[in-house]
Amino acid sequence: MKKTKPLMLALAGAFLLMAQYSCKPKNAGNAVSGDAASKAYVAPGKYDEFYNFVSGGFSGQMSVYGIPSGRLLRVIPVFSVDPQSGYGYSEETKPMLNTSHGFIPWDDLHHVEMSLTDGSPDGRWVFGNGNNTPRVARLDLKTFRTAEILELPNSAGNHSSPFATENTEYIVAGTRFSVPMDNSNGDVPINTYRQNFRGTVSFIKVDPTSGNMSIGFQLRTPGVNFDLSHAGKGKSHDWFFFSTYNTEQANTLLEVNASQRDKDFIMAVNWKKAEDLVKQGKGKKESVKYAHNVYDEKTHSSTSKIENEVTVLDVKDFPDIVYFIPCPKSPHGCDVDPTGEYIVGSGKLAALLPVFSFDKIQKAIAAKDFIGEYDGIPVIRYEAALYGEVEKPGLGPLHTEFDGKGNAITTFFVSSEIVKWNVKDLKIIDRQPTYYSPGHLCIPGGDTKKPYGKYVIVYNKITKDRYLPTGPELNQSAQLFDITGDKMQLILDFPTIGEPHYAQAVPADLVKNNSLRLFDINANANPYVSKGEKETKVVRNGKRVDIYITSIRSHFTPDNIEGIKMGDDVYWHVTNLEQDWDVPHGFAVKGAQNAELLIMPGETQTLKWSPEKPGIYPFYCTDFCSALHQEMQGYIRVSPAGSNVPLTFSTGTNMPKDTVSVTPMGK
Amino acid sequence: MKKILIIGIIVSGIIACNNNQSGNNTNGANNSGQNQQTGNTGNPSYDPNRGEGKFTKVDVSPKLDVAMATSGEKVYSVKCAACHKLTDERLVGPGWKGVTSRHTAEWIMNFTTNTDEMLSKDPKAQAMLEICLVRMPNQNLTDQDARDVYEFMRQNDGVK
Repeated sequence: MKKTKPLMLALAGAFLLMAQYSCKPKNAGNAVSGDAASKAYVAPGKYDEFYNFVSGGFSGQMSVYGIPSGRLLRVIPVFSVDPQSGYGYSEETKPMLNTSHGFIPWDDLHHVEMSLTDGSPDGRWVFGNGNNTPRVARLDLKTFRTAEILELPNSAGNHSSPFATENTEYIVAGTRFSVPMDNSNGDVPINTYRQNFRGTVSFIKVDPTSGNMSIGFQLRTPGVNFDLSHAGKGKSHDWFFFSTYNTEQANTLLEVNASQRDKDFIMAVNWKKAEDLVKQGKGKKESVKYAHNVYDEKTHSSTSKIENEVTVLDVKDFPDIVYFIPCPKSPHGCDVDPTGEYIVGSGKLAALLPVFSFDKIQKAIAAKDFIGEYDGIPVIRYEAALYGEVEKPGLGPLHTEFDGKGNAITTFFVSSEIVKWNVKDLKIIDRQPTYYSPGHLCIPGGDTKKPYGKYVIVYNKITKDRYLPTGPELNQSAQLFDITGDKMQLILDFPTIGEPHYAQAVPADLVKNNSLRLFDINANANPYVSKGEKETKVVRNGKRVDIYITSIRSHFTPDNIEGIKMGDDVYWHVTNLEQDWDVPHGFAVKGAQNAELLIMPGETQTLKWSPEKPGIYPFYCTDFCSALHQEMQGYIRVSPAGSNVPLTFSTGTNMPKDTVSVTPMGK
Repeated sequence: MKKILIIGIIVSGIIACNNNQSGNNTNGANNSGQNQQTGNTGNPSYDPNRGEGKFTKVDVSPKLDVAMATSGEKVYSVKCAACHKLTDERLVGPGWKGVTSRHTAEWIMNFTTNTDEMLSKDPKAQAMLEICLVRMPNQNLTDQDARDVYEFMRQNDGVK
């Protein structure tokens, strides 16, 4: 017996090994090695090393994860209404979602970009693009809130956005769809694309102190689709690179008709030169309409202003600011390495990965090494711009990030893998399967001058069997790899919200120390603030009733209100009097047709309420705030239109009428 | 007691593996292409004419079964026509003209019903994926659907 034991154990081990090998690296169980858990483990109560700002895709929001734990820290409402916080429902936040098309409660947030100083993230703001109704948002990382949203004129599908120049001089916004320009007659046959449709790329100026955005200028380009972009770095600082597709200018079945040409283009823009031309007054001012929405932290409210003008440079008239570089097969990602010398174009239908050289592009421009023109734009000879090609990298290359050690990592959608390769010798170092079909990827600082490296997070498009099934609809999966060694090691899977596209990750220290804990009640400049219970009141003005109400653990003041009449519009201005971290109060009233309010300490937010029938309506705090949270409630009485019930309000004084006495206990 | 435990480990290892494999059959987005290609071309047990799947021998009469072809056309118009033309023109996937002379009935029916596994194993399917770059989705055809569609393909290729 004693002798057979080790034999049996060996046998068992061998079987297990065989079982693993015969399964191939198809399933997580065997792609993950022993120390994965410890590498992704962040002990309870401990902080993650990196913040990961992840696009929420069609949720319209931005999510924040901790890396390496994959913990979801927060979902920040940006382009979509958020009933849980009241964003887009409260009177103060409604203007944030205003556009030239009116109030738009949803968008599709694809790409995320940190504000940069000298080519590195500075932790002040993070930008996101609205892909559907073209917009760019700036989020303030002090409050983790959307601070500003700027609509883009002459644009449709703001996809090639919001990428930043090295000092956030500009955030770009290239239109995915070419369309007739806003100030021309857009009522044209769709098949007149080639005559009537144009592309645009907007350069949004960012005020270095306040962060406030304004459209510096807009380039008008031939009608193509702009896909992605990245700014130059270091020596290529003055340049911006955009991938294009549909240079066929097809207007139907693009799946086939925009995949005809052997090569589309990377568009190289000398933005510094364009900026100079605008300064010299060479831009044409055109009349357009677009919304500019700003949230004011002091008044706790937002304003929406419709702008009327944009400065346009038609690239046809200025041939030395824009050049086209042929790039195989509908390029998607357009990624610039940390030195600013290499530009990787990922032709999503190509079987190779071209790497362009900034120096060679400059030489080709100087030598006019062009193969012709496309709609008046010089087209540089492919070989004259090319540094080299990564041979047989995989199928369907999409996006590339850099590890700071001279290597690049690229996602391959069709062959469902990430591939690590050396930027200098273009040799493949490692490839690892992902589950399944990766889109974007993110290395902390991986698109900046100084990548932090360490991890790559891959955002997969298809989840299938990765988690317990939840019906036909599944959350997308992200996967975290340790990239400190030559071999990339899968260490964690985590589900994400919406559809994550691009993401950014920065060391926690860059952000966490500036994070605001509460709003100073004394600095609250909301016109409807109640600074203390003494200032609470109910004011009637015709059919409008303003209720100035406060919340503090655990009561509202006032909590008994009478004299509301049918046909009134009631505005609840709720001020949270708390001055302690993480003590929000919620506010909900029966029959409210919008949402709740979630009011942070020191903040005032307003819910509009128009009762539908007479009666008694309870209201209460929705966010468990103390042991007596369930007692934090009140009543409001609504009477018929002609009623003469006087307007009264109080807390703690409206004592029971003693016609019916409460049955004493125990009898 | 320990013996039972050890045997248990062995058995569960095998079961876990089988589970994985059956899971792979149904899951649509398995890793494919590059890594797989090298691993499988040398596999002597794989019959590239038959493909991988449940169909080993399909009886095909020289004459067209009109009823089956008609049913097949109905399946085609709902589940296939968005990507495959009946001419030789490629849309998303290849046109169907001549498909019955390029592949055996078994290969076609295995490919239409066991798409993912075929895409990760079959050299001809992988070569086509490199051209089309869109993985054919598994459209959940029943065995009879697959047979009917094959008959419709034959009709399209001129069998009377």
